[in-house]
Amino acid sequence: MTTRVGVVTFPGSLDDRDAQRAVRLAGAEPVALWHRDKDLHQVDAVVLPGGFSYGDYLRAGAISRFSPVMESIIEQAKLGMPVLGICNGFQVLTESHLLPGAMLRNNHLHFICREQKLRVENAGTAWTVDYQAGQEIYIPLKNMDGRYTADARTIDELEAEGRVVFRYLDVNPNGSINDIAGITNAAGNVVGLMPHPEHAVEPLVGTGGTDGLGFFTSVLKQLVNA
Amino acid sequence: MARVVVDVMLKPEILDPQGQAVQRALPRLGFTGIADVRQGKRFELELEGPVDDAALARIREAAETFLANTVIEDFTVHIEEEGK
Repeated sequence: MTTRVGVVTFPGSLDDRDAQRAVRLAGAEPVALWHRDKDLHQVDAVVLPGGFSYGDYLRAGAISRFSPVMESIIEQAKLGMPVLGICNGFQVLTESHLLPGAMLRNNHLHFICREQKLRVENAGTAWTVDYQAGQEIYIPLKNMDGRYTADARTIDELEAEGRVVFRYLDVNPNGSINDIAGITNAAGNVVGLMPHPEHAVEPLVGTGGTDGLGFFTSVLKQLVNA
Repeated sequence: MARVVVDVMLKPEILDPQGQAVQRALPRLGFTGIADVRQGKRFELELEGPVDDAALARIREAAETFLANTVIEDFTVHIEEEGK
């Protein structure tokens, strides 16, 4: 049976099609999920894509968090279903409290769009088993509210437990604490990051890198072995 | 109709680059003597019924779970007097 990976579309999602494509290229079957539909259609994992859901009104991700589909995703994530939040999806995950902390406006107040160097710090999550710890990868980054923050105790906990999954290298593009680009929950099934792996999966598109494909092959491997 | 106001501000320890940008623009426009600016949000909630303890408790709950993200923001709730 093919592994089914759901990709949620909220009003204002932009990268849902790219995420579906990345899922397909990795060898799984992408399943479109609609924000108003609580039914997850028997998916094995979920991607919350980038964009500006609900126009980023109130706070990025704040309104999406209360959508019907998120009720089911929060429930399943707590039971161990792999969930990846990319950019706006990461913001939805922090607003949902599936991941700790919060996202703030970039410290320089500019929208950023660049090829970003990252270090994979934790290659043990559901979305990173196809990387090596310490591996350096290039992934596009494009956002306005990317400055990850949390109180000192939470940061200490994340660092001590190896839950910082990705760190910005060379340049910190938004002022995030400890150069944090992505984190995971304690179980390792929920991962959120600001850069966009789904834009780095094909040699013919973008800058031609495929460093992002590993996210999607990782979860596939994880689910097949489960 | 009664109005309840929820003010939301970034916590003091959180960097507010928007407030800083406003502060830097002020002297250029001739508004001097302002040491610091922090920018927040104000929500005006018009209630259908009276502002009683139960209504205020629900509004506080809404502020805590939705209007503010208490990881990064503080909020205050107050009733706006008639005629203001």
